[in-house]
Amino acid sequence: MTATAVVTGLGVAAPNGLGIEDYWRATLDGESGIRRITRFDPAGYPCRFAGEITGFDPAAHIPGRLMPQTDHMTRLALAATGWALGDAGADPAAMDEFGMSVVTANAYGGFEFGHRELEKLWSRGGKHVSAYQSFAWFYAVNTGQISIRHGMRGPSGVLVSEQAGGLDATGQARRHIRKGMPLVVTGGVDGALSPWGWVAYLSGGQLSSGDDPARAYLPFDTAAAGWVPGEGGAILIVEEAAAARARGAAQVYGEVAGYSSGIDPAPDTGRPPALPRVIRQALDDAGLRAADIGVVFADAVGLPALDRAEAEAITEVFGAGAVPVTAPKTMVGRLASGGSALDIATACLALRDQVIPPTVHVTDPAGPAADLDLVRAARQAPLDSALVLARGTGGFTSALVVRRAA
Amino acid sequence: MTDKATAGRLRPASGRRVVITGIGVLAPGGVGTKAFWDTLTSGRTATRTITFFDASPFRSRIAGEVDFDPAAEGLGQQQIRRLDRAAQFAVVATREAVADSGLENVDPYRTGVTVGSAVGATMSLDREYAVVSDGGQSWLVDHNYGSRHLYDWFVPSSFAAEVAREVGAEGPAVVVSAGCTSGLDSVGHAAELIRDGSVDVMITGATDAPISPITVACFDAIKATSPRNDDPEHASRPFDRTRNGFVLGEGCAMFVLEELSHARARGAHVYAEIAGFASRCNAYHMTGLRPDGREMAEAIRAAMDEARMAGEAIDYINAHGSGTKQNDRHETAAVKRVLGDHAYRTPMSSIKSVIGHSLGAVGSIEIAASALAMEHGVVPPTANLHEPDPECDLDYVPLVAREHRTDAVLTVGSGFGGFQSAMVLARPERRPA
Amino acid sequence: MARITIDDLKEMLVKAGGEGADVPSLDGDAVDKAFADLGYDSLALLEVVGKLELTYDITLEEEATQPGGTPRELLDLVNGMLNAAA
Repeated sequence: MTATAVVTGLGVAAPNGLGIEDYWRATLDGESGIRRITRFDPAGYPCRFAGEITGFDPAAHIPGRLMPQTDHMTRLALAATGWALGDAGADPAAMDEFGMSVVTANAYGGFEFGHRELEKLWSRGGKHVSAYQSFAWFYAVNTGQISIRHGMRGPSGVLVSEQAGGLDATGQARRHIRKGMPLVVTGGVDGALSPWGWVAYLSGGQLSSGDDPARAYLPFDTAAAGWVPGEGGAILIVEEAAAARARGAAQVYGEVAGYSSGIDPAPDTGRPPALPRVIRQALDDAGLRAADIGVVFADAVGLPALDRAEAEAITEVFGAGAVPVTAPKTMVGRLASGGSALDIATACLALRDQVIPPTVHVTDPAGPAADLDLVRAARQAPLDSALVLARGTGGFTSALVVRRAA
Repeated sequence: MTDKATAGRLRPASGRRVVITGIGVLAPGGVGTKAFWDTLTSGRTATRTITFFDASPFRSRIAGEVDFDPAAEGLGQQQIRRLDRAAQFAVVATREAVADSGLENVDPYRTGVTVGSAVGATMSLDREYAVVSDGGQSWLVDHNYGSRHLYDWFVPSSFAAEVAREVGAEGPAVVVSAGCTSGLDSVGHAAELIRDGSVDVMITGATDAPISPITVACFDAIKATSPRNDDPEHASRPFDRTRNGFVLGEGCAMFVLEELSHARARGAHVYAEIAGFASRCNAYHMTGLRPDGREMAEAIRAAMDEARMAGEAIDYINAHGSGTKQNDRHETAAVKRVLGDHAYRTPMSSIKSVIGHSLGAVGSIEIAASALAMEHGVVPPTANLHEPDPECDLDYVPLVAREHRTDAVLTVGSGFGGFQSAMVLARPERRPA
Repeated sequence: MARITIDDLKEMLVKAGGEGADVPSLDGDAVDKAFADLGYDSLALLEVVGKLELTYDITLEEEATQPGGTPRELLDLVNGMLNAAA
């Protein structure tokens, strides 16, 4: 008998809401968190919008001791973890320390922290670099800090696959559950909204420019012209179903029922993209047919060629217009591994409330996207299972199925 | 044999077994697996005064550098421009590993990639930052001077994408970045993907090229690296009473991992089976270790359980042996906790004494050393070990390589963030089926 | 001649170790309490040591800054070095 991995707690830090209820209300209302950057002056850069989290007071959530040694995104991750554990009604101090794991995804590390230290190094010399630089910027920092703060000593890890990371971490969390781990903290929080991070984002040549935040990120639209970065993400508490029941978990949002990942072939090979295959594998893994899926959370990158490929993949597997498709990330931007983790959290909330959150700002679906049933206003629907898709730069392609608890 | 209940809980139902059939290494001392093994067993060390930049302002000015000419190793000019040094390492080592394994006709959907890296494209990012900020002069750095390849350095998953393209893999691909245990965790993750049936073949390993001013500065700030600048060749001194910190290194090891029957069907040479792997977190401190070694001991115990092997079966221990006082004591305690008296009878050496500490890469390089120890029946020595720390009383194989039949190896790692990992390698025929 | 005062040291400690409801006060008899009891771990002390070394152009041995030491001991150590150098 294979153990069942269920999601029992969610912690969300998103540009349009902190905490699940704020985020979920804003998301159903179509409130966008994409705005002109305030963290630094973006006037000199060709792209000036981001999904920036404002109104987060780290001192209210993070022990004072941790403030000097943490990047902004780690503070968000620590806050989100606290919320997720609270949501799950889980008290780590009362649980077996080796029975709790932390597996997070990360894409950029603590880039803003690193930016400050690089500035000291190059302008004033190596002796000015902080002792905390040795870990505050690296990709493993969130897993390390979460495990320390909550005394979690089980098998832990950190995965990097750009936007796909949140799904890959959750897939890995399920492996740990299947090997006997009662509880895994997973998901991801990312963000690099410092000028140095911004220049790195810009270098990919994929960001949207323009002067209207409501027209900046338009996946599947004829006017799609790039994406908008955002910061934040979600932390999920994943537990073995019987263990969650035994401790009286506050709720079960759903089961991590299916997962698969792959990577695209090199463009010059002429081989097909990974997405349709990965979707089918995730459905097989869940033991579901396409018709069982109530909603697809799209990767929705906002670049015409990739949008077309995704629309074609969805239609190839599900049939034209046969499944509702949505991209609530149109309200927050692309959050790297935080984005795919946030989409899992959003899918959990959609299953809980039997409502599909909207895709905002998109008005004119392009080409094959016109065949999609793109949900543009919150829609009540009977939802048994949700499919979450994510693709990361370099061809990383992952799919994850969340099934409503029976 | 462990009891059935334990075996059932810890072992996947599939019974699929995972073996190493190809090895590629770049390490200080030389490019290629042969040069690597020759360096380890020669009694030389490969640590020296840093040549990559003027390190004179820094406290520690020593590193294990790889003499590496990417063009001579077959990389194209565009690849050299596009790839960070760590990614270049990964491509070159991947080619060696695949050639070594004799693997042809890769089945794209049944082949995956994991690459471990603690610090990603640090060298490129450090260099690039200096350009866009004009030497740190401007917080609002200038995008007009940014390389168009910067995004790939920003997100190190580009390393796994590059390796996947190199071999034509289209299965699961990911970078594993758990600090200094990344090299063990990457291979452990890859083995798990084969065991659970996701794939039959994994190209796996780890790479890091951290020798740049920001890395040297941050380890200076915590006084973790050795300041023995007047004697760089003898600066990495794990388990020695006079050790005073680790020596930074760089390098890469990549492997071809296969499901055992897949390897046998094509008549591949098998170096070793990945018999067991486990990791734990100490949940104690981002950089500190508790002297009792409890969580590392737990990781070792869990890896042995997964391998269904008792402590007495271990013939050689490849130590983390970073050359810091706290690590040496922590690790020695952990090994004794699990192996008991057998710990005293088992040679345990640290190759970081020879090549330095290449952060996330070194765990994979140590897996390579472990597999080669089994292959050659020779245990590499701990260089520079003249006066053992009285609190470190195991057999650390001082100074000289030793002929020693090795059927099973335990290799361990420990890193910032509190990560503790352990892997057991064994001859497949010596393990319970 | 440069000297370090307790207020200078406190400022560095707060910068390196943070402040807030969870952090013990550095006032009163705290100067004679062990760093460990004040919530400073080895890493926070290294951050302080880096700042002291930079500000006063001295080099502190690892043993001088263990969590078992007290702020006053560190203060005396630094001022002793500054006196010796003067």
